[in-house]
Amino acid sequence: MEKADGLLIDTCLLAGRIMMESGSEVYRVEDTMNRIAVNANEPNSNSYVTATGIFMGLKSSHYTQIENVGERMINLEKVEAVNQLSREFAEKKVALTTLYKELKRIDKDTPEFPMMVQLFSAAFLSAFLMLLFGGSWMNFIPTFLIGGIGFLVKSSVKRNFELRFFDTFLTSFVIGTLAFFFTKTSLAVSFDFMCIGAVMPLVPGVAITTSLRDILAGHLVSGLVRGTEAIIVATSIALGIACVLFIFGGLLP
Amino acid sequence: MTFILQFSLSFLSSAAFGIIANIPRRALWTSGFTGAIGWIIYFYLRQSFNSIALSNFAAAFIIGCLSIFFSKKQKMPMIIFYIPSLVPLVPGGPSYEAVRAFVLGDSNVGSEKLMFVVTTAISIVGGLLMTSLVEQIINKRIRARKN
Repeated sequence: MEKADGLLIDTCLLAGRIMMESGSEVYRVEDTMNRIAVNANEPNSNSYVTATGIFMGLKSSHYTQIENVGERMINLEKVEAVNQLSREFAEKKVALTTLYKELKRIDKDTPEFPMMVQLFSAAFLSAFLMLLFGGSWMNFIPTFLIGGIGFLVKSSVKRNFELRFFDTFLTSFVIGTLAFFFTKTSLAVSFDFMCIGAVMPLVPGVAITTSLRDILAGHLVSGLVRGTEAIIVATSIALGIACVLFIFGGLLP
Repeated sequence: MTFILQFSLSFLSSAAFGIIANIPRRALWTSGFTGAIGWIIYFYLRQSFNSIALSNFAAAFIIGCLSIFFSKKQKMPMIIFYIPSLVPLVPGGPSYEAVRAFVLGDSNVGSEKLMFVVTTAISIVGGLLMTSLVEQIINKRIRARKN
């Protein structure tokens, strides 16, 4: 009996951690965890979910377990996979042990789009948004290049160094410098529109929206954590561009 | 012509962000479509009423409704659809302009832009919250009819 309880709590916590790290909202995480518990014949469970740590206890046993939430990023495929699994568990298609194994597998290797595809979509995203916000077609190819290079810089810095927030600063500095270079050599016409477009794949818009939603849903701790993180990311992007403006601002046309 | 251009650009940007955020493949088309509809509503309301709050609110509301519809239809969490769709609406441009103004020492323009950013963010979240209200009302109706 004790052993089964341990596995149940572990499964719920793992599901919660995967969802939280992939950018899900707090209420969905709590809902999924409690639902797994209910479907494993444990109707009295309590979970306390924040953006940095998850706590879970069963009323029938005496111990509570804690899980640390490491890095918060966006990977919606994982949210979907956990959701799908918990639905299958509710329909009694999978057993608790398989659920736990499957969750472990999701945590480690969820299929991602190939790096090249991601790179091109970041580049296209920059260029399309630049046009949507009113930039001219003259900037299309430069923005495409800058957006792609920015994404490349960000992912390689993130992969090789343990520096939170510094990667966004460095990326936006590179973006600003390249945009300045393109404007100065008259290959493109508007510095501002290029910067806005190329910075968009980095902007923590998602984090700001989820943070406000969490706060308005009453999950104040998680909302503030995510909000603070988003503000720091936004500030580091701004600092990168600001450095470029400080250095070359006088030379801009 | 403007309509086609705006529609396809916002469609492609939402889908492209969907790839970066790694959404499931079968949701790419629908989230691109949701984003395009949201942006079109924002674009035309902005042109005819010139109100940031109204246009963002309405666009976010429609995006939320479409996300609920598609999430029921494709059996996926709603978050998968509204996150990529909100990308064109997120106030990245004004926040950049605010920073630029502050750095170059024009704090009047800077605070004006900052206010713009705050208004936009709050209206988007308000629109999304309004959808969950609608969802709850519909769910209550359905439950009442079943009983």
